[in-house]
Amino acid sequence: MSPGPEVRDVTRDAASAGAPPSSPDVTEGSTDPLQRRRSDAARAERRLGWALCAPAVIVMLAVTAYPIGYAVYLSLRRSDLRFPDAARFIGLDNYVTVLTSAYWWDALAVTALITIASVAIELVLGMTLALVMHRTIWGRGTVRTAILVPYGLVTVVAAFSWEYAWTPDIGYLAALLPAGSAPLTETWQAIGLIILAEVWKTTPFMALLLLAGLALVPEELLQAAKIDGASAWKRFTKVTLPLMMPAVLVALLFRTLDAFRVFDSIYIMTGGSQGTGSVSILGYNNLFTALNLGVGSAISVLVFICAAIIAFSFIKLFGTAAPGSALDGGN
Amino acid sequence: MAISSRQKAGWSALNVLVILWALFPVWWIVALSFKAPADIGTDGGSPWPTDWTLQNYAAIFTTTDFIRALVNSIGIAAIATAIAVVLATMAAYAITRLRFPGKRALIGLSLLIAMFPQISLVSPLFDIERGIGIFDTWIGLIVPYTTFSLPLAIYILSAFFREIPWELEKAAKMDGATPFQAFRRVIAPLAAPAIVTTAILVFIFCWNDFLFAISLTSTPRARTAPAAIAFFTGSSQFEQPIGSIAAAAVVITIPIVIFVLFFQRRIISGLTSGAVKG
Amino acid sequence: MAELVLDGVTKRYPDGALAVYRMNLEVGDGEFVILVGPSGCGKTTTLNMIAGLEDITDGELRIDGEVVNDKAPKDRDIAMVFQNYALYPHLTVRDNLAFPLTLAKASPDVIREKVEGAARVLELTEHLERKPSQLSGGQRQRVAMGRAIVRDPKAFLMDEPLSNLDAKLRMQMRTQLSRIQKRLDATTVYVTHDQTEAMTLGDRVVVMRAGHVQQIGTPRELYDSPTNFFVAGFIGSPAMNFLPATIETDRLRTPIGDVRLTDAQRSALESRDVGREVVAGLRPEAFEDAALVDASRAPGGTFTATVDILESTGPDVHAYLELEDARGGQALLEAQGAEHDGNAADFRSRNQVVVRLDPETQAREGHPLKVWFDPRKLYIFDPRSTENLVA
Repeated sequence: MSPGPEVRDVTRDAASAGAPPSSPDVTEGSTDPLQRRRSDAARAERRLGWALCAPAVIVMLAVTAYPIGYAVYLSLRRSDLRFPDAARFIGLDNYVTVLTSAYWWDALAVTALITIASVAIELVLGMTLALVMHRTIWGRGTVRTAILVPYGLVTVVAAFSWEYAWTPDIGYLAALLPAGSAPLTETWQAIGLIILAEVWKTTPFMALLLLAGLALVPEELLQAAKIDGASAWKRFTKVTLPLMMPAVLVALLFRTLDAFRVFDSIYIMTGGSQGTGSVSILGYNNLFTALNLGVGSAISVLVFICAAIIAFSFIKLFGTAAPGSALDGGN
Repeated sequence: MAISSRQKAGWSALNVLVILWALFPVWWIVALSFKAPADIGTDGGSPWPTDWTLQNYAAIFTTTDFIRALVNSIGIAAIATAIAVVLATMAAYAITRLRFPGKRALIGLSLLIAMFPQISLVSPLFDIERGIGIFDTWIGLIVPYTTFSLPLAIYILSAFFREIPWELEKAAKMDGATPFQAFRRVIAPLAAPAIVTTAILVFIFCWNDFLFAISLTSTPRARTAPAAIAFFTGSSQFEQPIGSIAAAAVVITIPIVIFVLFFQRRIISGLTSGAVKG
Repeated sequence: MAELVLDGVTKRYPDGALAVYRMNLEVGDGEFVILVGPSGCGKTTTLNMIAGLEDITDGELRIDGEVVNDKAPKDRDIAMVFQNYALYPHLTVRDNLAFPLTLAKASPDVIREKVEGAARVLELTEHLERKPSQLSGGQRQRVAMGRAIVRDPKAFLMDEPLSNLDAKLRMQMRTQLSRIQKRLDATTVYVTHDQTEAMTLGDRVVVMRAGHVQQIGTPRELYDSPTNFFVAGFIGSPAMNFLPATIETDRLRTPIGDVRLTDAQRSALESRDVGREVVAGLRPEAFEDAALVDASRAPGGTFTATVDILESTGPDVHAYLELEDARGGQALLEAQGAEHDGNAADFRSRNQVVVRLDPETQAREGHPLKVWFDPRKLYIFDPRSTENLVA
């Protein structure tokens, strides 16, 4: 039998039993004008979709893709704001300057350290916080409101709070330290305090994402595991964690890339002195202190490449569970 | 389930610990802002002011620079939020309700931008904005703020829009509504909370920015509050402006705290929607 | 109230999928017509086309003689009750009920009167100031009904309005719905996938499958003379038994024994060009425990088979019998394929028969049972066209 016209939601051959045997093949004959009308409707929908998205896409591309392209162009030129007339094409010289400079590698190392340490601590702390909020028998709302405050706080304000807390004679935390210590002037201690400030500021966001992930784990599943004799730790590692993995990965991706951009806290707390500068600080200083647009742009491009590598490796890790696949729910 | 008083005490202790951890650093800067400048540095870092004073607040509001910065912050964040929310609403509607090729590419693009290191744009934007004359103006900041809040706004709005019972549109049509009436009387009231939530989160995002604010401005003309605070200088060369900075920090924190207190449930659902379904 | 006519109505989706094919249906003034069929059969699409929520690809839809194909839903003066009730969550019950009236720019007095009248009929008066989220499922369902009633529309459309209620409430609402429909004398088109609902509510029932109308008739007609295999299997619970059979001049050879064809059956078969292989159909109700039948007064066939499973429903006992011999499986296999994709009948192995017995029966699981059946209730289907050959 020739395959009859496909009917919605019915996978089997539509014409097999229901249609009278003499039923004409409906795909032939009178369909031409219909087909045209149909594709008109689809085309109209497509056009409307594009029209609605166009403004957002144009803005996003104009303000990111174009400048990044321009940054690549600038990075291939000698472009020193102090000597505007000396601008010319110099190939990869700016990249050589950056990549052979100890400043770049130090800044990259500091950035990597801050990123890895703060995200790792945040994950553990955020998970603990999420479990506390998930399991607590009272006051969940109060705790949630309280931890939203650090999230909403302006990073600069948070950084000032921490800076003054650790400043000798001024801060309550510095008062706890042995006399004469000034932690923000020592490289390693300062980096540690920057990490602490970042962790304090962003753990709530992590905790809220993880809390939402926890809410997706069905209670019956945990009860079933309990009946099967799983200990609390086993229930967490074998049931809860695997089920909330998508939420964990999304939270990690966002936080890692966010931590990699760290700028505000360092700028306020140490200004990047004593070797505490991140790549963002380095790029900023090159532009506004050294006034070298070419080298600054080379740093911009390199930072962009680093971020792309991080994002790419995460997306490799995600596979199909990439964030945003959920947003494709329109069909 | 019976809850033993010991369990309750344990949880209480844990909750108090979390709340202290979250709020104490905020309290610290508030306390600092109420200390007399002379006490700062001599009271051994007490988290409780010995003499409460409004001196620091008086100081920041007598200079025009901070007021100017506040106006800039509010104006720039509000305009950027309005533009971002309008554009994102259109895009999110298309993403959740229409079929068209390129949807995935759009989602990918916005995710990419959400993760974009802002420093990569600072050098080129600095040069471009000086070239076209919008450096150190409101527009110069509104443009990057809108761009970087669009992914966030699209993401949150799409997640909310998927929850709207769109079949009500059909029901309204059956009840005799024109398409516009169906939108205005049924869909708009249902979408409004999502849009308000998104606007709050985008506003917080713009309000928070520091890097663009110090890179793309050079005078108080368009400098926003966080940038202005970082450039505070004492009234005399020898006096640290710590008290003024603390007071200004408290002032720019107040709107955020108000938003958080009033809209916490919505903010949380906005922050976490979509992310968990990924 | 009004008369509704579907004349060759066809729906084809943009992706080429055919949802409804050349449907003809006349719904008389005040008539209660049910569209029934498995999911994906096109019943909801048909309803949406009548409502104006979906375009009609081809054919004509007439309300009181006027072609309304191109009219917007609001100009058709039809009310609809949705499966999920489609209550406006931001409006109170009162405002939900008033919504269609305010759109029609009725005066506040009229609105109050009509809303309160409808609320009284539906026992919603004390809930008028509540929001839908504060109501139970049954109350929400009644608000949805009320919103349809207040407008005095030409016709009501209902899309599985009872399917979200629990079993007991569904029964209650079914009778209430029936009463309201009769009282308002409202032309109603009602969609359901539940054949019991279809049989109990409708003046007439339209059985649909894969976009095609299978049969239109009163519940009795559908039960007594189904036009084809699909309708036979879809209507009735437990579903009709289908057995492979062979025509041998004046008798039919089946796994439950040879059956003598009546003259009417023979002449019906002769007038058609059918092969010898056919499918015999017998409803579970056509069987009885032979020990409980007075054979002299009720002539019929008997056979013996092993009882696999017994299910007691209270007034009846359903027995699942294993037949040893299932010959001529091919014809049945084809026909069963057709039956199963309609998921109307339960999946039954081809040598199993379900019979409905009197609760007095002494049948026991795992033991043989002598069963009587009434050959006059036998249906004969063409395995290729699936048509009922002797209707």
